[in-house]
Amino acid sequence: MRYEPVIGLEIHAQLLTATKIFCGCATTFGAPPNTNVCPVCLGLPGALPVLNRRAVELAIRAGLALGCRIQARSIFARKNYFYPDLPKGYQISQYDQPLAVEGRLELGPDARTRYVGITRIHMEEDAGKSLHHGLPDSDRYTAVDFNRAGVPLIEIVTEPDLRSAADAAECFSRVREILVALGVNDGNMEEGSLRCDANVSVRRVGEATFGTKTEVKNVNSFRFLQKALEYEIERQIDVLESGGRVVQETRLWDSDLGETTSMRTKEEAHDYRYFPEPDLQPLDVPQAWVEAIRSTLPELPEERKQRLMAAHGLSDYDADLLVRLITGGADYFERVVAAGAQAKAASNWIQGEIRRRLKELGRDDMSAVPVTPEALAELIDLAERGVVSSTVAKDVFDRMWTTGRRAKAIVDEEGLAQTGDTSAIAALVESVLAENADAVEQYRKGKTNVIGFLVGQVMKKGKGRIDPKVANQLLRDALGGAASSPGA
Amino acid sequence: MAATRPDIDVSRVAALARLELTPEETALFTRQLSEILAYAEAVQQIDTTGVPPTAHAGAGEPIWRDDVVVPSLDRAVVLKEAPEASLSAGLFKVPKVL
Ligand SMILES: [Zn+2]
Repeated sequence: MRYEPVIGLEIHAQLLTATKIFCGCATTFGAPPNTNVCPVCLGLPGALPVLNRRAVELAIRAGLALGCRIQARSIFARKNYFYPDLPKGYQISQYDQPLAVEGRLELGPDARTRYVGITRIHMEEDAGKSLHHGLPDSDRYTAVDFNRAGVPLIEIVTEPDLRSAADAAECFSRVREILVALGVNDGNMEEGSLRCDANVSVRRVGEATFGTKTEVKNVNSFRFLQKALEYEIERQIDVLESGGRVVQETRLWDSDLGETTSMRTKEEAHDYRYFPEPDLQPLDVPQAWVEAIRSTLPELPEERKQRLMAAHGLSDYDADLLVRLITGGADYFERVVAAGAQAKAASNWIQGEIRRRLKELGRDDMSAVPVTPEALAELIDLAERGVVSSTVAKDVFDRMWTTGRRAKAIVDEEGLAQTGDTSAIAALVESVLAENADAVEQYRKGKTNVIGFLVGQVMKKGKGRIDPKVANQLLRDALGGAASSPGA
Repeated sequence: MAATRPDIDVSRVAALARLELTPEETALFTRQLSEILAYAEAVQQIDTTGVPPTAHAGAGEPIWRDDVVVPSLDRAVVLKEAPEASLSAGLFKVPKVL
């Protein structure tokens, strides 16, 4: 490949607070328009912002989990521009002194581990929502809802370290996973509480300087981010190959067309004339507070996956599934193991029977599972000790799921325990041989592989309660004996 | 009285602030801004070596809010103050942008 892409991301995440960043209005999504507004978030003259402590705490959590240094002092600034959804004529953001800096995120490990630098994380307020369509007079008016205005956000800016559209999508996905695990963000991209813009340029492989970049906006899913970047990389290479120059501009991803289109903006719109917000004091964060927050950080998904692999010998695939694909899967797994079950068996049950049942319910979270981890451990124990065959264990599990009864009770009361009683099995063998004269004949003529069919018949008669090894042995004894005495 | 400075572009500042100025206003504000900047330059003569820059007069104890919801304004009252609004849809209205 002659060109390589250079990509950096800007991720906006809404902090999971009850109220806005500078006023006590609720942040509830989907409230009727303009019902969560007050003088502060409407920008009425004389209203003063007061910082939400919880918002700062959540922002620090995100900063620590992304390996950042939390600055002892950060500064809020006014970013000036005009748009109807920005009631004050400026957005309160952080500019040259952001809350968190110099972090790092790990991608992979698959073929190789890659690191993405986190340049900065800063706090800011969201804007309102402009509605350009849908009202009777939408041809003449833009309507505005200020419920979102003042909702607390963090913007996470990465270094231009990403070298493929797939890595960019993985990076966005990892950030989402971490923010959700931290309880900092709900991860909801459809409702706009997590959004991503990407800066992308291309350069010839081996070149040290960056090419001219474009900013791709409106990518609200991992798949769209990857597709938009793939499109944009190809487009830029085509421009360069045909002797043209890439224009620095903002481009919108159109998922219907599957392409990015230029968003023409006025040149002066980019002069934001930042200056420090005089209505807010510098944000001073004592080190003791940072350490107190650090001590409450949960184990992050990737850390947990690595720990499950190391502690329980799970494969990368199994651990990934438990941690990432089934919500609560790793918690459930660890409780099954703590109750005495062998790790591989526990993992197999969750990925097999439990996942099948969940799929039938259209769910992907363990909270929908009526069988407790301890009850599953008991069933696994019965199966491992050979008290029930694997077929019967699945039946027992189904009954546990529907009735809520314990495995041992079901097995005892319904007589499902595997029998090793040879006289009982011998009786079944006898009747199977009598009913399958053809197969017996074939066996005697040397087609010994019909033994499998005969074992199956015995198991069927025994309703799975028979140890197949014993059945096999008794059958061979009976048939062998008959074959060795011709003319009897 | 300071002389009008050639590096002040009042029309650009006006464009950023979405203001339309007459030639007379442009001349007036250019002169006034020159005076203000001359004052700022005088202040900048002060030796501030070793003094950290600040934009805030009093940096004392932090002022926080707890994350507790307080009732918002009544929508009808809010919309009534707007030059234009749709009371039925509960939305502010501004001349079409896009
Ligand atoms: Zn408010």
